[in-house]
Amino acid sequence: MKDTLWAEWTKQRTLAVTGWLLVTVAVLTGVISAAAAAVAHCPATGCGQDPARVSLAGVAFGQAAVAILAVLAISGEYTTGMIRTTLAAMPRRITVLAAKAVIVAGLTLAAGAVGVLGSVLAGRLLLPGHGFTAAHGIAPLSLADGPVLRAAAGSVLYLMLIALLSLGLATAVREPAVAIGLVLALLFLFPIVAHVAVSQEWQRHLEQAGPMTAGLAIQATTRLHDLPIQPWAGLGVLTAWAAGALLAGALVLRLRDA
Amino acid sequence: MTTPGAPAVAPYQSPEPAGRDGFAQLVHAEWTKLRTVRGWLIGLFLVIVVTDLLGIFGGGFSNVACITGPGARPQTGAACTPQVPTGPGGEAVQDTYYLAGQALAGNGTLTARVTSLATEHGLPSGPQGQNITLQPGAVAWAKSGIIITASTRPGAAYAAVMVSQSHGVRMQHDYTGDTAGLTGAASAASPRWLRLTRAGDTVTGYDSADGVHWATVGTVRLPGLAATVRAGLFAAAPDWEQSTTNVGGGENGQGGPSLATATLDQVSASGGWTTGRWQGTAVGGPDLSQVGYQQAGGRFTVRGSGDIAPMVPGPGGREQTIEQHLIGVFAGLIVVIMVAVLFITVEYRRGLIRTTLTASPRRGRVLAAKAVVIGSVTFVAGLIAAVIAVIGGVAVVHSQFGYVYPVTGLTWVRVVAGSALLLAVAAVLAVAVGTILRRTAAAVTVGVVVLVLPYILGVAAILPGGAAQWVLRITPAAAFAIQQSIPAYPQVDNVYLPTTGYYPLAPWAGFAVLCGWTALAFGLAVVLIRRRDA
Repeated sequence: MKDTLWAEWTKQRTLAVTGWLLVTVAVLTGVISAAAAAVAHCPATGCGQDPARVSLAGVAFGQAAVAILAVLAISGEYTTGMIRTTLAAMPRRITVLAAKAVIVAGLTLAAGAVGVLGSVLAGRLLLPGHGFTAAHGIAPLSLADGPVLRAAAGSVLYLMLIALLSLGLATAVREPAVAIGLVLALLFLFPIVAHVAVSQEWQRHLEQAGPMTAGLAIQATTRLHDLPIQPWAGLGVLTAWAAGALLAGALVLRLRDA
Repeated sequence: MTTPGAPAVAPYQSPEPAGRDGFAQLVHAEWTKLRTVRGWLIGLFLVIVVTDLLGIFGGGFSNVACITGPGARPQTGAACTPQVPTGPGGEAVQDTYYLAGQALAGNGTLTARVTSLATEHGLPSGPQGQNITLQPGAVAWAKSGIIITASTRPGAAYAAVMVSQSHGVRMQHDYTGDTAGLTGAASAASPRWLRLTRAGDTVTGYDSADGVHWATVGTVRLPGLAATVRAGLFAAAPDWEQSTTNVGGGENGQGGPSLATATLDQVSASGGWTTGRWQGTAVGGPDLSQVGYQQAGGRFTVRGSGDIAPMVPGPGGREQTIEQHLIGVFAGLIVVIMVAVLFITVEYRRGLIRTTLTASPRRGRVLAAKAVVIGSVTFVAGLIAAVIAVIGGVAVVHSQFGYVYPVTGLTWVRVVAGSALLLAVAAVLAVAVGTILRRTAAAVTVGVVVLVLPYILGVAAILPGGAAQWVLRITPAAAFAIQQSIPAYPQVDNVYLPTTGYYPLAPWAGFAVLCGWTALAFGLAVVLIRRRDA
């Protein structure tokens, strides 16, 4: 396993695109979050806005770059034919997938942490200037605050789980275009369909089941009782999606010729 | 080089006549590529399947029980279908008001002075909410004045000049028309004089602050207005509502009917009309028991509830719009982007691009041919998908006793064909992005993120309201405005936000934003495919 890990690390490290994508994850998350914080406005009548959620809005964009990184980690090998060399050198296929998962998850955690820290910092600096003040009942964002820490750390975990979900799906379908399309459809279609659902109950169920809608519940710090799903339970739903995708990927990798 | 002594060899020349290499041949070649890759054909078929499955069944419409009135027993089935009148322009309208009027034949003029307009909010009370108690409260679009209407049947053609509580004097006609006159509210110290003149199909509204100096507010045509009309004094006050939108979706709010009480005097008829006995009518049925009118000398007090205005989709409504059945276009869009990106990136991956560019060295034309082929094929697939989704979705809602806002034929075509056009232009954008990036996964992601993610951020209330509006103005996702079938009306108070289905840009303006981005990306792609080695 150690050698396999080392081999996968070398592959990821020596691809120019890996570095660019990691920078994109961190920058996109931080910049979009800062932009959201810069345009947010909390009037004296009560803002109805969750300051943590506003200042972590960039995670919704950062996840797209995370998905590309994870999909390319495996699909890239299929498009170039490298996968045959990999599997000839390391015939235990599940170990290969596990090693890829560890490397991709580790890289995402690192880039995600940078992006999320930047977002929280931007929120802390920008939000008080837009009415999110103690006078309106909102303390400045601080990681020493339990719910904010949960929202920030949970967002990093969210990005990691998105990476694992993407890796599993890409291993199962191989073609990068189809893999990334599937990942983005899975993330984005649940909230869209939930939005038009006429029945409130049906809408709630869709938001509880969708990997993005449920997973991002981890960012909520206010009005928790109004959420369709509680923060950690939501992250649990996303974990189940990621585990299912990895399992499907492992089965296909094991049973199908490369 | 010829060796001395060897026989000279004539170079081979194909006996076939030289083929033409016009743009048509290039388009044909690209069409052959598209048609012969099975996965892409399956993808295009999938566009139709996912768009229609989500469009017809995605709304999750179920015929849940409804309560038709205060204190009524819950009902199901056809009793739950809202009875909505339709205006002269074919749109859904609200037409509930109190009229103190009379039948007037031929041409003439009616004048009145409004000296006050007060409003109250109705709050449901009692064990089943069957009683309504009134308490003072502002209703910005409460209105009272003079109306000329074809009949007291809801949805009839009309023209009216009125004083509103917060929007000054207005001249309104046929539900959608609205023109502003004098500003400020009416009071005993500063009354508003109003006048309507009918001449054939034409009705002109005037207003005045003193009854001496008159100004024209507007002139409208009511085609085919009968010789005898109902005309008189009216009052109406739209339902009040106070709601807050939570971040992440969901609304909290309360509301109910409102009552407007207006005082009018100096009522006179001239120019062929003479006033007789006034008769009170609660047009559209009384939704409050307090409506009515009193006449004391020359003073009229008219109490009315409801509104004379277009009906618009708002938060929490069970009524559906046709574009709600086009939600599957998002799923179709993701598939279209996948196929369109592969249409160019696979050529790079397999090396076919070198053959393509050898056969047709004018690279810009190759890209143009690809755009023409993928754009037209996507348009056809999208059109089939959208037509089935809307017709099927509306049929399902009707079979469940639901209500779908009616639209004119032209709007229907714009919404349905516009969705197909959106898919076609998005496919061209995806080809351009694929050419620029050459990376399949990155190109698909960019395509989906710029077209789908802004919509989610806008409608799911993840971003604050102002930011959501801007995102749907400047990103390619602005193009979804082409699906909005019911416009925002300034004379109806409502939550006009992406969350309730209203886009910040007009339909074709939003579509133009997508076209602009596509032109930009396509131009960059042409420059890059010429400059870079394949």
